[in-house]
Amino acid sequence: MSLRVTLAVTARVLAQLRRDPRTIALIVGVPCLLETVLKELFRGGPVFQHAGPPLLGLFPFVTMFLVTSITMLRERTSGTLERLMTMPLAKLDLLVGYGIAFALVAVVQAVVVSSLSFGLLGLHVEGARVVVVALAVANAVLGSSLGLFVSAFAETEFQAVQFMPAVVFPQILLCGLFADRGTMAAWLRWISDALPLTYAYDALARTAAGTYGARFAVDVGVVCGCIALALALGAATLRRRTS
Amino acid sequence: MNAVEVERLRIVRGGKVVLRELSCSVARCSVTGLLGPSGSGKSTLIRAIVGVQNVAGGDVRVLGSQAGAKELRARVGYMTQASSVYGDLTVRENLRFFASVLDVPRDRVEQVIAEVALQEEADRVVERLSGGQRTRVSLAAALLGEPELLVLDEPTVGLDPMLRRDLWRLFRELAEQGATLLVSSHVMDEADRCDSLLLIREGQLLAQATPAELRARTGAEQLDEAFLRLIEAVS
Repeated sequence: MSLRVTLAVTARVLAQLRRDPRTIALIVGVPCLLETVLKELFRGGPVFQHAGPPLLGLFPFVTMFLVTSITMLRERTSGTLERLMTMPLAKLDLLVGYGIAFALVAVVQAVVVSSLSFGLLGLHVEGARVVVVALAVANAVLGSSLGLFVSAFAETEFQAVQFMPAVVFPQILLCGLFADRGTMAAWLRWISDALPLTYAYDALARTAAGTYGARFAVDVGVVCGCIALALALGAATLRRRTS
Repeated sequence: MNAVEVERLRIVRGGKVVLRELSCSVARCSVTGLLGPSGSGKSTLIRAIVGVQNVAGGDVRVLGSQAGAKELRARVGYMTQASSVYGDLTVRENLRFFASVLDVPRDRVEQVIAEVALQEEADRVVERLSGGQRTRVSLAAALLGEPELLVLDEPTVGLDPMLRRDLWRLFRELAEQGATLLVSSHVMDEADRCDSLLLIREGQLLAQATPAELRARTGAEQLDEAFLRLIEAVS
């Protein structure tokens, strides 16, 4: 791996995004709109206070999953990946370069959405707000890494988009946001235990409640471990030689 | 020693044999033309030489190493048939990115832009360029690292005659400076600009010869006529 090449990938991905201001507006604007709707829907009451912080941290997961899987798919279909694979570039340079770029975008997204939520919308957390933002960025990197991995299984952009409900929705349903994990049927809970978003959600819920504890450290550890695992799987799907 | 040695190369794609026991070589410091109709296996052979193609059998050696070996990645320049540059970046941004990957200085970017005559388009976004201009961006990216071996898949497709002439002059200059070029084409009038020709059809090598040898062997004055006679002799 080389820092120079990794950062060159990051700069290139960011330059591409800058050419597409509408996507940036959507990345930042849509979660702002949704948080506002959530607040109005529940008139700022307990449901908003309960679901608001975890959603803040989970938006970047969804957006970055989508953005990364499409960008990587384009890299595969346009031939640029084949060109890069003949150059002195390590697979991890590419993957980590992507990860850093989308993490930076996630910082912007999380800072804007949380400023709005904590300010104008009156969302309240017991823990530190900066931890919510940090977790949002970690989730963005997790989403990016998973997006990189699943893009290998899509041949077209239509297919890539379909991976979003397939990979993301079950995790959101089972993470504990909609139903308390303690009341779930045992088999659902086992599945929930195996999904990374469960730990991401738990960390956010603990930050909101201000009860970090040892379990918080486990949550963060699992999320980081899943990022590493997804990147390793992503690297395995990048082949120098193809048929 | 040759820059490229291909020995009994066999490639199967999707159950179909694309190259069957193909052997050929590319001499150093020369321009070798790879000619054949579309679908004959030119791009597949090129992909095998740059080491991105799964191979079913045989051996490909490039600059003394196994094709695709790590130590070749800075020494071989490859231009794919698709333009393989980022459509949403400008010409200069694309080349600066590839320059960082190859670790070549930034003034090299300006040099290659001049070599492919894209100075006026340097700050334009690639997807708004014409097909021929995009091809030249791709070629510029392949030239960046001053590779010892340049493998170019149909670099002159869609270019006007003047530009084609200029690019072939550039290829000649590069060979004189010590580079080896393997250039594929399906237009026979480019064959005369090569030192040596590899003619392939249906995944098999019809001939490896210089243009003069090809004329002598077939008795044809025009190279496309010579190619036709070779095919007729085989079938």
